[in-house]
Amino acid sequence: MQNSRRDSRQGSGRSSGQPSETAAVRVRGLRKRYGAPRTGYKDAVAGLDLDVAHGEIVAVLGPNGAGKTTTVEILEGFRDRDGGEVAVLGEDPRRAGRGWRARIGVVMQDSRDMSELTVLEKVRATAAAYPDPRDAEEVVAAVGLEQKARARTRGLSGGQRRRLDVALGIVGRPELLFLDEPTTGFDPQARRSFWDLVTSLRDDGTTILLTTHYLDEAAQLADRVVVVRDGVVVAEGTPGTLGGPEARTPVVTWEQDGVRRSERTDRPTALVARLIAAAGPDGEVPGLTVTRPTLEDVYLSLIGESEDDGTGPRTDQDDDTAGGAPAGTEAA
Amino acid sequence: MSTATNSPATGTAAAARGRTPARRLPGTLWLGLVRGGVELREYVRERDSIIFGFAYPIVMLAIFATVFGDDDPIAVDGTSVSFAQYFLPGMVATGIMLSTYQTLAISIAVERDDGSLKRLRATPLPPASYFLGKVVLSLTTVLVQTALLLAVAALLFDVPLPDDPARWATFAWVFVLGTATGAVCGVAYSSVPRSGRSASAVVVTPLLVLQFTSGVFFSVSQLPDWMIDLSSLFPLKWIAQGMRSVFLPDAFAVAEPSGAWQAGTTAAVLAVWLIVALVVGTRTFRWRRHDDG
Repeated sequence: MQNSRRDSRQGSGRSSGQPSETAAVRVRGLRKRYGAPRTGYKDAVAGLDLDVAHGEIVAVLGPNGAGKTTTVEILEGFRDRDGGEVAVLGEDPRRAGRGWRARIGVVMQDSRDMSELTVLEKVRATAAAYPDPRDAEEVVAAVGLEQKARARTRGLSGGQRRRLDVALGIVGRPELLFLDEPTTGFDPQARRSFWDLVTSLRDDGTTILLTTHYLDEAAQLADRVVVVRDGVVVAEGTPGTLGGPEARTPVVTWEQDGVRRSERTDRPTALVARLIAAAGPDGEVPGLTVTRPTLEDVYLSLIGESEDDGTGPRTDQDDDTAGGAPAGTEAA
Repeated sequence: MSTATNSPATGTAAAARGRTPARRLPGTLWLGLVRGGVELREYVRERDSIIFGFAYPIVMLAIFATVFGDDDPIAVDGTSVSFAQYFLPGMVATGIMLSTYQTLAISIAVERDDGSLKRLRATPLPPASYFLGKVVLSLTTVLVQTALLLAVAALLFDVPLPDDPARWATFAWVFVLGTATGAVCGVAYSSVPRSGRSASAVVVTPLLVLQFTSGVFFSVSQLPDWMIDLSSLFPLKWIAQGMRSVFLPDAFAVAEPSGAWQAGTTAAVLAVWLIVALVVGTRTFRWRRHDDG
């Protein structure tokens, strides 16, 4: 499903000539600092550029504290910025009104609402504020909560509550949906069905800006991935091309005289053939592996969590790297 | 997801954009009523609020009237009333503060802490509709609560209710002004608790102390002057005094600290609190938690 994506990489470079209407989100030089004179300041966002085209799904990746949530909350109109230009659906979130809010959907990271309302009542009450909402029962079914439709939200499990958050975010039929780490706490099956839901929203024409820790989620859903580190974009591209061809160069590793060797090459087959020729009479190359760096390897090298840049002994780890949280995430 | 649009080739996002302006945003008043319905449903399902907010003054009246019911009547200058009648105005005043100040301050503090306020802010719900919903909640609960309180007093404890329209007029303005002041104070005070967990204690304690020092449980004549002076700075003392002027014989006015019902001062103090709390509340109201940026 990652094939046949529209080429939506107009965000690389500063193609600022286009009218703002064509971009759902357009951010230039965004800055936000926290702190006080006594404690010192910290730039949470330090000159960030971001574009999201209409109908596109963009995933923002980055370690905790990289500025993802701050950026998203500025776009949602929850926070003021200290500098830069922001246009969301053609409006500045600082000044946008109800009509603008009716066109966006927000799924926040930190709601732990303990309401005495039932799931369906809660979704209906939220739908009431929108001019053209989706059917509440259909939305509840779409997030897989039909069994819990008449249960009080107080009694929901963490994953169920998260799905309710998603239902509340989409019931207003938003043109642009913000999903801040939406599948945290989901079991694998719930994540799969959530991905299906996001895909169906995209088919409906919804533009989605997603932040996530999960690389497989970004690879599965996103047309484009933006990697943020220390408040700036360090790389962007489709999940298949992120980091450029260089980062995707296969790595061949083998053992020679008891020492582990590795080599990056665009022609791994030729290298393996040479190794075989140089091997002993049985043609066996000890410890031979050929690895293409995964999105996770590329990502880790981009955010500087990998000391060896993906070329060293790391590559002989097992291939089951998908799905885990990135290493070394510090508390935000 | 269900959509009226079809033909994927035409791009449904464009269709969605075209569709939105055609439908109008729901009105502020209508959404206020919707919110009011939501608030009331949550209130009646929350056992704590029913016991400690709604039933409290009625239960207290029943207990005190039963325990002290056989004691000598309370007399001032030869006019005497039963204990239940003497106790009723204070419970009416307490009920007003519970259904307004206490209910709103706790519920808003909890909603702010658990993120529901922030989530509401992310929707096109106008802030006015949110507050209108709180007004519907407070007004409904205080009306039902006061009606029950008067019914219990009259039917179970034989408290004579006034038959003079002038007294009911006094009741009406003290009730309305007290309710409005209590509600606005509740909204303003909701920013004081640092977390949802501490909200109950931080909100209930001052009101509980004021109940003792404002002449709700004890006759004001039993309290030291400094305590009365201090309590006179707060609305509860004045709502209680206003209600005493409704439910007690006029002879009881001499038992007030000033020797009179002081209707004008009552109106003035409540109005000042209303305005100050409105100004402070609108300036300090936050949709997000204290620690959220």
